[in-house]
Amino acid sequence: MKQVVAIIKPFKLDDVRESLSEIGIQGLTVSEVKGFGRQKGHTELYRGAEYVVDFLPKLKLDIAIDDDMVDQVIEAIIKGANTGKIGDGKIFVYPLEQVVRIRTGETGSEAL
Amino acid sequence: MKFFMKIMIMFAFISTTAFSRLAYADAAATIDTGSTAWMITATVLVILMTIPGLALFYGGMVRSKNMLSILMQVFVTFSLLSVLWALFGYSIAFTDGNAYFGGLSKAFLAGITSDSIIGEIPEYVFMTFQMTFAAITPALIIGGFAERMKFSSILVFVSLWLILVYAPIAHMVWGGGWLGELGAKDFAGGTVVHINAGIAALVGALVVGKRTGYRKEAMPPHNLTMTMIGAALLWVGWFGFNVGSELAVDGTAGLVLINTQLATSAAVIGWMFAEWLLKGKPSMLGAASGAVAGLVAITPACGFISPMGSIVLGFAASFLSLWAVSGLKNALGYDDTLDVFGVHCLSGILGALATGVLMASSLGGVGYDDGITMSAQVVKQAIAVGTTLVWSGVISFILFKVIEMVMGLRVSEETEREGLDIVEHGERAYQD
Repeated sequence: MKQVVAIIKPFKLDDVRESLSEIGIQGLTVSEVKGFGRQKGHTELYRGAEYVVDFLPKLKLDIAIDDDMVDQVIEAIIKGANTGKIGDGKIFVYPLEQVVRIRTGETGSEAL
Repeated sequence: MKFFMKIMIMFAFISTTAFSRLAYADAAATIDTGSTAWMITATVLVILMTIPGLALFYGGMVRSKNMLSILMQVFVTFSLLSVLWALFGYSIAFTDGNAYFGGLSKAFLAGITSDSIIGEIPEYVFMTFQMTFAAITPALIIGGFAERMKFSSILVFVSLWLILVYAPIAHMVWGGGWLGELGAKDFAGGTVVHINAGIAALVGALVVGKRTGYRKEAMPPHNLTMTMIGAALLWVGWFGFNVGSELAVDGTAGLVLINTQLATSAAVIGWMFAEWLLKGKPSMLGAASGAVAGLVAITPACGFISPMGSIVLGFAASFLSLWAVSGLKNALGYDDTLDVFGVHCLSGILGALATGVLMASSLGGVGYDDGITMSAQVVKQAIAVGTTLVWSGVISFILFKVIEMVMGLRVSEETEREGLDIVEHGERAYQD
């Protein structure tokens, strides 16, 4: 099993959710996060006080899947989140040791 | 036609000032119902300026952890000083005494009844109208040392300041004291309210010291939506403040109305374009700040200068205050949290001095008193400005120092980090 973590632009969430649904993904977790990459931040000016804002708001998606789904999921996220502009985000893939469904106690692929 | 209108305005002005503003002892006066109805409305409008107007304008500019502290400081200062005004302040400001202080003959409102009349309105209305001025002025000062002063120390300071600074200055300018006698013109409180509060705020900011982390950490305003609402309420309420200061419904009241609107609008536009040009973007905070700078500058001038003069004054005030809150403040490094000095004191000084110039009949103003030249009037204005700066600056400094010794001025660094809302008031403005 794999865990796919994707950092995307907040306004692309619906597109990504849609393209993931199309390939049969049945669940994901979204968190609001801040960070920076190649995309520059911006400056804010309040009267005489100038602040450089480096950390931009992004969304982080956590998706747990079977190994054979990895390429499809990556493709779907790219399809949904790509704007072609700097700051579109990144996708990370980790090995996933165990999954447990709390309600039934099912484990492994059955719990996905 | 234009000349004729000028003459009319002049006549309206002369007759009303001679009658309504100085007719304290006119026993034969009767109540004018129109003027009284307006003055009650104007009084309520000044309350609207303070709570919620000023409270929200200020509150939006602090960090969210200090929001309630600002709302409380403004709200409670306003209430506390309303009571103190009735007990002592009104009498010190508006009864006969010497050149600096009135007497205590009307302390606890002694001798005032429903039948007492000032000008053409009941004295209770006049007294309450003046009360709102006395209560908003110390509330303005709070912006200078926001986010770090102890609530208890603030209450002690504003109480003493009302008695030792506000009431005497009001007496000197409006209550029969020497600045009024001298012929210095302050229609609605450029010296009494704005210069007075602005210099006290700067002194407070210097004595209490900078906020922890000032210029090292980001301290952006937490909610500029509220600041805009607050500025808009200030703008609306200011018509009560300025127009009400005529104490009657007449031609001058109309002049004040249009002057207040034009100066404020010009200052919004001026600040916005200057900021756009110099800093790259026109900001909401800039527009709101411009409005307040324009309102401050027109306050002393509004009954004396022309509508076109008001536009010029509004633009000038916006440029001056924009420079003060960015250039001057950064160069000198003081932490006047909400720019009470840059906006209220400096635009107040500009308005007070410009009154001396723009009231010239050759510039469309109402003209000078008999035998007074422009330079003589400007000198009188400068004397009033200087007196207010020194009186308020020195006494405020002494008050802050004494309070610092007796009970401390500043919250602990830990409290400042945690936020004044939780530590001083035991509540939070926003639940996550």
